[in-house]
Amino acid sequence: MKIPLTAKPGTSSQVKTGNWRVLLCPEVDHEKCIGCGLCEKVCPEGICFSTGETNSKGKVFFETDLDYCKGCGLCADICPVKAIAMKEEKK
Amino acid sequence: MSKYKSPLPHLLNPGHSACAGCGMIIAARLVLEAAGENTIAANATGCSEVTTTQYPMSAFKIPWIHSLFENPASLASGILAALRHKGEEGKTNMLVLGGDGATFDIGVGHISGAWKRGENFLYVCYDNEAYQNTGYQSSGSTPLDANTTTTPPGKRSSGSTELKKDMIKIALAHNLPYVATANVAYPIDLIAKVKKALTIKGPKYLQIYCPCVPGWGIEPNETLQVARMAQQSGFYPNIEYVNGELVQVQKINKSISVEEFLKPQKRFKHLFKNESGKVEIAKIQKIADENIKNFGLDKK
Repeated sequence: MKIPLTAKPGTSSQVKTGNWRVLLCPEVDHEKCIGCGLCEKVCPEGICFSTGETNSKGKVFFETDLDYCKGCGLCADICPVKAIAMKEEKK
Repeated sequence: MSKYKSPLPHLLNPGHSACAGCGMIIAARLVLEAAGENTIAANATGCSEVTTTQYPMSAFKIPWIHSLFENPASLASGILAALRHKGEEGKTNMLVLGGDGATFDIGVGHISGAWKRGENFLYVCYDNEAYQNTGYQSSGSTPLDANTTTTPPGKRSSGSTELKKDMIKIALAHNLPYVATANVAYPIDLIAKVKKALTIKGPKYLQIYCPCVPGWGIEPNETLQVARMAQQSGFYPNIEYVNGELVQVQKINKSISVEEFLKPQKRFKHLFKNESGKVEIAKIQKIADENIKNFGLDKK
């Protein structure tokens, strides 16, 4: 039997860790977001990202990918304008 | 509910099994981000390995190799030799990633050898102050009075009786051209340090302070706050040496006592139960005060 010793790059993305979230889920207020990108820097999953879309103030806002978000809340913690709130998730 | 889907732009993909709020994985992604895709990484055994590469998957998008707990520095030396043989020396960044267990204890002989030979790699140590992956046993990096599964507090002890090993001084004793500490609470500084280190030829050492959610007994959303408090209290100075000279220290802009830093962590909970705990906190405060004095961390 042959067992391959290598793995294809980035293949862990097939595991959707969104089901790790227990109670709280990040909710981004697009109007408050100033697009600084600090959430992207500190997100342990690396799934806070710039949407490329702009709010009424012309700022590009960020969002989170709930397929992977484990609900740690660090994005909400570091956000300098409190645009991210951790809210109870309606499933 | 957000319907947005990330384009997964980073060199470390999600889907890894690091805990919610993990400090190590933040550091890992930032280091890769700063190093760029033209990088090869050798990884020691530890959380940074087991959480990212659950067979047959990998979270890494760069060439990455794991062999043993002790030998990533030797592995990197071999990869560099192979690149040299192919005439591709200096074209690719070589990273070594390891936790404090692999760095301070198990791999220290291999690291010392590679540093002495002057191997051209950046060694990144994720310092979470114990063997968190195997169940929170104390390591050479565990600070005084921390509760780990091998240093439990009780009638005759108040947690770890030993001081943290000064790996920065050990690195400096090898005359490395670049030695620094970083902190996940300061991601921009961390990225700048990795980029700077990679412009320098020779062995480099970067030690990143990474809180461990289950090991330290903190909430997932407290990772950055606790890491920040380590800097603000002087417990973990953010410093940078080039060619043995202290070239940069992060001054404390909001000074706090070590008590504030210790309080949210369950690994120090026993220090707040009785009078003898106060004596121990004073000892830790003394260590922090000495850091502040020695590195000139005070703003004034």
